[in-house]
Amino acid sequence: MNERIQRLRTSSLETQPILSAERADLVTQFYQGGIAQKASIPVQRVLTFKYLLENKSIYIGKDELIVGERGPSPKATPSYPEVCIHSMEDLHLIDSREKVSFSVDDETRNIYKNRVIPFWLGKSIREKIFANMSPEWLDAYGAGVFTEFQEQRSPGHTVLGNKIYSQGLKDIKAEIKTTLKNIDYFDDPKALDKQEQLQAMIIAAEALIVFSRRHADKLKALAANEKDAKRKTELLQMADICKRVPAQAPRTFWEALQYYWFVHVGVITELNPWDSFNPGRLDQHLYPFYKKDLAAGTLTKESARELLCAFWIKFNNHPAPPKTGVTLKESNTYVDFALINLGGLKKDNTDAVNELTFLILDVIEEMRLLQPSSMVQLSKKNPDRYIKRALKIVTTGFGQPSIFNADTIVQELVRQGKTVEDAREGGASGCVEAGAFGREAYFLTGYFNLPKILEMTLHNGIDPRTGKQIGPVTGNPSGLKNFDEILDAYKRQLKYFIDIKIKGNNIIERINAKYMPVPFLSLFIDDCVANAKDYNAGGARYNTSYIQGVGLGTITDSLVALKYHVFDNRIIAMKDFLDALNTDFQGYDDFRQLLVNSTPKYGNDEDYADDVMKEIFESFYEAVNGRPNTRGGVHRINLLPTTCHVYFGSMIGALPDGRRAGKPLSEGISPVQGADRNGPTAVVKSAAKIDHIRTGGTLLNQKFLPQVLEDEQGITKLAHLIRAYFKMDGHHMQFNVVNSDELRRAQDYPDDYRDLIVRVAGYSDYFVDLTPQLQNEIIERTTHEGF
Amino acid sequence: MNSGIIFKIKKYAIHDGPGIRTTIFLKGCPLDCRWCHNPEGKTPNPQVMKADNSPGGRSEVVGKKMSVDEVIFEIEKDIIFYDESQGGVTFSGGEPLLQAQFLLAMLKACREKEIHTVVDTSGYAPAEIFVEICNMIDFVLFDLKLMDDEMHRRYTGVSNKKILINLETLSGLNTPHHIRFPLIPGVTDTDENVLSVAEFVRALGSVSRIDILPMHRIAEGKYRRLGMQSKMANKQPPSPEEITTTKRQFEDFGFAVVVGG
Repeated sequence: MNERIQRLRTSSLETQPILSAERADLVTQFYQGGIAQKASIPVQRVLTFKYLLENKSIYIGKDELIVGERGPSPKATPSYPEVCIHSMEDLHLIDSREKVSFSVDDETRNIYKNRVIPFWLGKSIREKIFANMSPEWLDAYGAGVFTEFQEQRSPGHTVLGNKIYSQGLKDIKAEIKTTLKNIDYFDDPKALDKQEQLQAMIIAAEALIVFSRRHADKLKALAANEKDAKRKTELLQMADICKRVPAQAPRTFWEALQYYWFVHVGVITELNPWDSFNPGRLDQHLYPFYKKDLAAGTLTKESARELLCAFWIKFNNHPAPPKTGVTLKESNTYVDFALINLGGLKKDNTDAVNELTFLILDVIEEMRLLQPSSMVQLSKKNPDRYIKRALKIVTTGFGQPSIFNADTIVQELVRQGKTVEDAREGGASGCVEAGAFGREAYFLTGYFNLPKILEMTLHNGIDPRTGKQIGPVTGNPSGLKNFDEILDAYKRQLKYFIDIKIKGNNIIERINAKYMPVPFLSLFIDDCVANAKDYNAGGARYNTSYIQGVGLGTITDSLVALKYHVFDNRIIAMKDFLDALNTDFQGYDDFRQLLVNSTPKYGNDEDYADDVMKEIFESFYEAVNGRPNTRGGVHRINLLPTTCHVYFGSMIGALPDGRRAGKPLSEGISPVQGADRNGPTAVVKSAAKIDHIRTGGTLLNQKFLPQVLEDEQGITKLAHLIRAYFKMDGHHMQFNVVNSDELRRAQDYPDDYRDLIVRVAGYSDYFVDLTPQLQNEIIERTTHEGF
Repeated sequence: MNSGIIFKIKKYAIHDGPGIRTTIFLKGCPLDCRWCHNPEGKTPNPQVMKADNSPGGRSEVVGKKMSVDEVIFEIEKDIIFYDESQGGVTFSGGEPLLQAQFLLAMLKACREKEIHTVVDTSGYAPAEIFVEICNMIDFVLFDLKLMDDEMHRRYTGVSNKKILINLETLSGLNTPHHIRFPLIPGVTDTDENVLSVAEFVRALGSVSRIDILPMHRIAEGKYRRLGMQSKMANKQPPSPEEITTTKRQFEDFGFAVVVGG
């Protein structure tokens, strides 16, 4: 990387996150001005957005090539009081907590105390949500049965398609005007709603153009004072670019990147959507510009590399907005989950890998940043050179890129009813979630604690942490005569809590649809314009709601232990087993050793355990899949945890697999930490027994010793392992290439390991930034040695 | 023989022949190499390996009688990986040829399933058995340690005569093979030994590749747990420079050389 990029990168890495009151203050000012209350809700929201973009400070860094910041400067992170209003104690906590903190200065606190809190208290979406949830929902939420994604953040969970590369906002505006003209005020009862939504979308488009022009003006002013002739030319060129995009379609590689970035900043300024926002198939979108500019001689490989590096740094400048409470516990990281997709398939079903794919892989390796996260889509049609290049980056040990099965993603999306072309232009976002890019609103609604349901089953519907009956009475567990009766009781408990979750989801969806529309985001996701309907209200072509199962390995091994020891081998009575659990194995050391070491476990390619896993998968799938949401779509499942396996584990006592009370659960579809003892082929064989095609994504973590992958042969054989897993329709696989001893040293001497990056779940993070529980969980994962 | 004594089945074996393999370790070995890193493979019968001091350490029985069908069941689980990587099964040990009848039955079963087979052998076996097995196998990894017979006796407990004759026989068969050379400082790494190994192998005319297997000490714990004395306890593994020196020496004879196999 050249010196400019080095400076930008170092500055992005060294700048500490702060909480900025700018956005909260502007939003409050605007609402207090009284204009907002006179308009319809979509217009009210878009006028707020416009006010922000007209008044927020414009930041242009000394070396920058791509401009636009969400806050007043890099890592200055705004808050969203209309969604979640932080109390003074929250601010104190956000400032002082040991991990994932944001410094909050006195001025910010004063603004909050004097203006923001007095206005927003009692008005936020978060408060509306909790006020509308049933006592049953609140009990289950409080017990750690599930989490709720929308309680502090807006839905988001989407990725941009190829729309902006051929259309400027003026073109999109023209499209909106046509739709507006065709509203049928005689026969369409929704006519007025449509009119308000479309008008809001027009204002949203104009607001971003104003924002880009403000950058153009500032760039021109900076150029006027710039002494360095080269930078002066650059600043003027950037001013021209900001005058051109996003108003008009981009003509060059640079314009395309800048256009995307303005849209990105717009989306994360309008609200705080999950997974920030994401350009998706970047190598596909940019390749035509790259080829054209190279041919014209206006771009070189090196200048393209520099622009991409500058673009990468912009993502790293934007931590996820501060979270608190359960939302923090389930996603305890600064990472905001933009996930760049590479490779895979083209719309016409041919190999999508191109020379820009390889250039972007170089950038990923060189930048070595947590954000944006990156992944490669691997199709059977993609060349081996491509996967090997990606794996070489994996061996450098920062968990990126993760590897996805492009062919399986297409099958998953098609099964859900998408057209095959839309599926091929899709990919995975966030951690591992499959989606039709540019056309789908796929909300993650919350994690679901599969092992907690067993704990409740073994206590006849009572949560042992509180002694409260929160689940149905499914029978005294000591009276259950065989394993099938346990499974039946488990399924009844599961169904009961899934119903509570879905009912809650359908209320929360309406709250967001009604009170928190996102007319700006709606500009970019088909077919919100054509449908004259907001993204949050079902305007997208496809509308999916997910519930993410957590702890598949733990629940499987726990049920298997009951089956094996209580019913099949009868070495212990249920009553005694429960006693061992209720005492956290006090006085049951030998029995616990038996559970850990001499019991079939998921992840070893043994059907005894894996068959139980399939049974759990089916029950979860049956309980969720196909249940309608309120946006014209349905609920579906996927299996991933972010950091929620740590939180969920903290809410459960000892479990039959030998796991002690409070310890983390297994993550994703990975086996329980240390339970897989037959090597990586057995793990992927077990994992492939899940019917991945019927999910919207699964997450499989593997840990390898660096020595296994230090030569070409190690890389080639790892590529074979992945290809074989993908032949079996596995969805995703990611790697930590690290020695556990080194991780232990990093715990002892964190200052020496500040830059050590590890793969957590669907993202990478600095090891020293993780909670001790999560650090230990990663250390305890099985390491494949491959001797 | 429909059953044999197996002490380990290692999946995702990536250093025991082409592709991704499952390595079946057959128990029992007629040699007594001082550097042996599978001491639990020496005696032919199951034995107890005591718990070590690590937390959660426990004693275990190494060695298990398994039928051909049982072993094939395990092997077949990974067929998709063999297909993808052009891998297969490797029989190692111990000395796999010591359980010749079982090995032959296994090879026949693998051939029926079209699974690629490799044997990793010391070459110390009766000539007719050696030939019979080589004719049933797809690939041989042949260990060649010391050319001097006296040294060979001292460090492995047996003469190398039978081994060298078998290797010469192998070079006249149609079964492709590589040489594996354990690099033991002060024992096999002398110029004299390396050069005479190289000359002998070149004269065979059938070998294009030599794998250097540098001595390592990861077996120390297993010796302790078996109550056996490690005869290499004070030896240091070869340095990277020493490995490179030997590698060059073999390369000068025109061999492709791979460190680690």
